[in-house]
Amino acid sequence: MIEVRDLSKRYGNTLAVDDLTFTVRPGVVTGFLGPNGSGKSTTIRLILGLDAPAAGDASVNGKQYRDHPAPLHEVGALLEARSVHPGRSAYNHLLALAQTHGISRRRVDDLIDLVGLQSVAHKRAGEFSLGMGQRLGIASALLGDPSTLILDEPVNGLDPEGIHWIRNLLKGLAAEGRTVFVSSHLMSEMALTAEQVIVIGRGRLITDIRVDEFVRQASGKVVHVRSPQAEKLRALLSRPGVGVNVDGDPSLLEVTGLTAAEVGDAANEAGIALHELTPQQASLEEAFMTLTREEVEYKTPA
Amino acid sequence: MSTSATTSAPGLPHTGRLTQMRIFRSEWTKLRSVRSTRWAFLTAVVFTIGIATLACAVVSHHWDQVSPQDRADFHPLDPNLAGLQLAQLALGVLGVLVITAEYSTGMIRASMTAVPRRLPVLWGKVVVYGLVTLALMLPATLIAFAIGEWIFSGRHIGVSFSDPGVARAVIGAALYVTVVGLFGLGLGAIVRNTAGGIASFAGLMFVLPPLMNVFPASWNDAASPYLPLAAGEAVMATTPANHLSPWVGLALFAGYAAAAIAIAAVLLVRRDT
Repeated sequence: MIEVRDLSKRYGNTLAVDDLTFTVRPGVVTGFLGPNGSGKSTTIRLILGLDAPAAGDASVNGKQYRDHPAPLHEVGALLEARSVHPGRSAYNHLLALAQTHGISRRRVDDLIDLVGLQSVAHKRAGEFSLGMGQRLGIASALLGDPSTLILDEPVNGLDPEGIHWIRNLLKGLAAEGRTVFVSSHLMSEMALTAEQVIVIGRGRLITDIRVDEFVRQASGKVVHVRSPQAEKLRALLSRPGVGVNVDGDPSLLEVTGLTAAEVGDAANEAGIALHELTPQQASLEEAFMTLTREEVEYKTPA
Repeated sequence: MSTSATTSAPGLPHTGRLTQMRIFRSEWTKLRSVRSTRWAFLTAVVFTIGIATLACAVVSHHWDQVSPQDRADFHPLDPNLAGLQLAQLALGVLGVLVITAEYSTGMIRASMTAVPRRLPVLWGKVVVYGLVTLALMLPATLIAFAIGEWIFSGRHIGVSFSDPGVARAVIGAALYVTVVGLFGLGLGAIVRNTAGGIASFAGLMFVLPPLMNVFPASWNDAASPYLPLAAGEAVMATTPANHLSPWVGLALFAGYAAAAIAIAAVLLVRRDT
């Protein structure tokens, strides 16, 4: 269980985390979603006590992280930034972390097997690929058999097989009753793994919602309309809050902000013939982008 | 690798809680498992023994040509301790690296996540690095002394370990280079950056003394013995000069190192990682 209350963090003039409040519950995978630069990594650093908040607090399993007598048994963390000395072997890296808590060498060996690094365990970590580095990071997160896992962009750099492995691992950990908190900037990834998503943008909470509810809300927002009088229909529908796009085919309109029924009724009243009227399933990625559009800090000029 | 693994591995009895003793063990693992440690310690030991041997052999070989004046100024410990000039550089730089490498590689985030109270990691590094340095450098200085005296014995110009000040200088030399390493560690922990750490270490130790020459001679003479290098080296002094007394000098130098570590400790708790 992770509880974040009124959390804020400022770097210079930038408010990286802005009065954030949410709770991450055990037993399900919770996604932590937001565009790059939205404050996900900062929030995770604040939860782990690596950075001090400007205001508010974060607790894990009822206590501030630093107040736990055996932190690695409470929380396992994978940080986005690399946190391994490249000159040290994977085995010695894990051993040094394990020794702080009196965790056995046997456990270190078990985890190297679990993440599939047996053949390179005694190689310098600097020679690892991005994917192998992620596996080492996941091994260190699981070292203390923690009841809470916090993983920042764990699928980064993994091949499809590795991504599949991570998804199953996370779901399995949640099914064991653990709290699993996973950040990502890809909604599609979260839709496959998470049951709950916490979405932030520019350090602020946008929504805290079940994934199936998010999918339901995301669909049916776009309507495709085909008409021989497309130009006339376009003029008729255009008003504030409604978007009408023409993409290539001049007889096909892509309408946002109106339901299929509203478009059909309006055409009927104006005596405009319709040849097609189709509500579209917006992709999750589109829905996510719509949701966070206002909050994206580094927007690509359209 | 099995893609069917869906659990976190076999269950683990939660024996753990953080203890300073366990953190010492962890820091020992960190120290011994990177190459820079081996190279720096090897350099320090080889220079300490090798340069002592070389310098003593050269002096012994040319003793017949040495003028009576130079013979009077000569102290057999001087060539014996010559190698420490290089050893201290290697140990000071390694001291800086012991902490700054954690920052440059990001390892510090893993370390501070495992030990979120942070300070035990610093104490762990200070104790482990200090003890390992002393454990290597004390035998190294004793071996260098034994070899030098064996070379000098043919010329009857040697000294005995029991002669006044000899044991103090030889053992003090090992203590001195250990403090040099800890001074580097403290500065590295303040600066958190390898280049900056080495620059501040070299600056305070080796650049500050000649800079004192810009001041009037009377100021220079008054202040110079209190600078880190001069204070620390007083413990190895063989001739009375403009020095603090040996143990006072070493204690002052240890005080500088302790001050650097104390400042680092305060900053470690306050700063974001």
